[in-house]
Amino acid sequence: MSLSTPDWLEGPYRTAVERSRERQPRFESSSGAEIGAIYGPEALADWSYHEKLGYPGEYPFTRGVQSTMYRGRLWTMRQYAGFGDADESNRRYKFLLEQGQTGLSVAFDLPTQIGYDSDDPRAEGEVGKVGVAIASLADMEVLTAGLPLEKVTTSMTINATGSILLAMYVAAAKKQGADLAKVGGTIQHDVLKEYIARGTYIFPPRPSLRLITDVFAWCRDELPEWNTISISGYHMREAGCTAAQELAFTFANAIEYCDAALATGLKFDDIAGRLSFFWACHSNFLEEVAKFRASRRMWAKIAKERYGATSARSQMLRFHTQTGGATLTAQQPLNNLLRTGFQAMSAVLGGTQSLHTNSYDEALALPTEAAVELALRTQQIIGYETGVADVIDPLAGSYYIEALTDRVEDEANQYLARIEDMGGGLACIEQGYQQREIQESAFRLQRMAETRERIVVGVNQFQTGSVVVPEMLRVEAAVARNQVERLQALRASRDGAAVDAALARIRAAARGTDNMVPLLIEAVEAYATIGEICNVLRDEWGEYQEVLTI
Amino acid sequence: MTTEQRTIRVLIAKPGLDGHDRGAKVVARALRDAGMEVIYTGIRQTPEMIAEAALQEDVQVVGLSILSGAHLELFPRVIAELKQRGVDDVLLFCGGIIPEADVPAIQAMGFAGVFGPGTDTGVIIEFVREHAKERA
Repeated sequence: MSLSTPDWLEGPYRTAVERSRERQPRFESSSGAEIGAIYGPEALADWSYHEKLGYPGEYPFTRGVQSTMYRGRLWTMRQYAGFGDADESNRRYKFLLEQGQTGLSVAFDLPTQIGYDSDDPRAEGEVGKVGVAIASLADMEVLTAGLPLEKVTTSMTINATGSILLAMYVAAAKKQGADLAKVGGTIQHDVLKEYIARGTYIFPPRPSLRLITDVFAWCRDELPEWNTISISGYHMREAGCTAAQELAFTFANAIEYCDAALATGLKFDDIAGRLSFFWACHSNFLEEVAKFRASRRMWAKIAKERYGATSARSQMLRFHTQTGGATLTAQQPLNNLLRTGFQAMSAVLGGTQSLHTNSYDEALALPTEAAVELALRTQQIIGYETGVADVIDPLAGSYYIEALTDRVEDEANQYLARIEDMGGGLACIEQGYQQREIQESAFRLQRMAETRERIVVGVNQFQTGSVVVPEMLRVEAAVARNQVERLQALRASRDGAAVDAALARIRAAARGTDNMVPLLIEAVEAYATIGEICNVLRDEWGEYQEVLTI
Repeated sequence: MTTEQRTIRVLIAKPGLDGHDRGAKVVARALRDAGMEVIYTGIRQTPEMIAEAALQEDVQVVGLSILSGAHLELFPRVIAELKQRGVDDVLLFCGGIIPEADVPAIQAMGFAGVFGPGTDTGVIIEFVREHAKERA
């Protein structure tokens, strides 16, 4: 008996389905595409191994960006953390490093992200809440005290004020006596996706792109180990989009950044090696693995075909992954440990360079130390016990995985083509296109959960009456008061004339075209605050106004 | 029914600095689909802006969404600003990441409904219909 897969589906399989119905009338991917019952050799009929996959470390990098992948070194285990004041966060980082974490990831509070000092009226109630408050270099010095900045790499989730926090980090590293050639880390600095989903923008697109390309240029010369941007699909996915949209919207933004850099005279190969990406990992295990693999192949092609990249380094997509915050439930919170574990496993099978695993209590509040520790242990168990890291890209060649990788890529390319037709990523943002698409997907997911087409364990099925409220972390009000007092003491003790002079130079540069980064470093070294610097820039550049799409 | 029922007008607002608007937009859309007139403010609204919008738009219902943890500081300020403008009869509800332990304090401020993650939008629609009637 040698039936082809289509013949088997038409014959024995159909008979079986007619005899007893399947669990649901149709099985779907996150974007609503139908998933077949089984995939066989026919799914890969015209498929070429060398064209589609190649070898790890080689174009098109489908199998991974390094030749040895996790056999050489496991991914960086990088837990996003930060709350309260700089001192408290510094203690959490030291704790995480002692527990075997291999890189730092700093969460900033919203005033820091939006360029308000801790004592600004707009900051009330927000100081130290979703991350650490850093108003000046003095806070950054406390945050990094005792951390060897030449050795640990630090990722900072900071966008509109990314160049200023980078300036502070560099100034703190210089004070430690660190060699800037060895200082590594990442700033997110992806402002376009803030307009689409995350919301911590300040300035309009043009000056925002200018700050981003200034960072590209300055880091190329002065901070060669720094990832100048983390172009992020994560937040758009969390806001509700599908896996394919996540890739397409992110690459549309990436293209805007690269085009902006080229327009200033930078060469693609000068900047491409320090671009990094950031994906979400949601619960559809195999689709997410396929998405990660497809993302590498897509970017390699964009780099090579669109930008003429010649070096492997410029073609490879390196990415960080975070498990899906929006998949966590407040109901039966311990279930989140399992969701996060499976998501982390698919990120590893997808070849991520670094990983954050969410804590099980995050749908309720900021994570406790015990919950963060469990999240880190999840990664260590995957890395050291399961054996999946011992072989490179182990799911390659599976009929389904390869067919799905191709399909995610196709779907994402279709979206990307539509965006190009509409004038590119930025033009689409200004028309509210991505925002509307995300809203639609989010609403569809919500409806599917409400009609139970989509089962969320513990929420719309298998509920239990009793709610266990775990112990929670609270940021005390005293943290904000102390932060404000420290800031006011700093303003009273610094050399005011030096601050004024530095701010005046920033104002002049904002009107011209000089690279802003050296001036920002000079200003933070004079202890100018983030709010003072941003107020000058707001004054010169204005503020972005949200495109309302509902 | 002898009197014509007035369409329920709802303001959905995001106080504070957080940009997580997925929940706010889903709720706004669900209430609109249920036949209500919904005004969504967008993100980063100050208490003054929210109260002013509630007054100008003449709403019977105000829903606040916040995920940054600043609810205990910002909600009382929104209520104070509403009162200052003479808007003291609106139905208030809220949602977001709001710890169970804070719910009694928020109810005491005057919020008739507190809806956490995973809430069915049908529950919110019913809640608004039920309670807005009393104020129509």
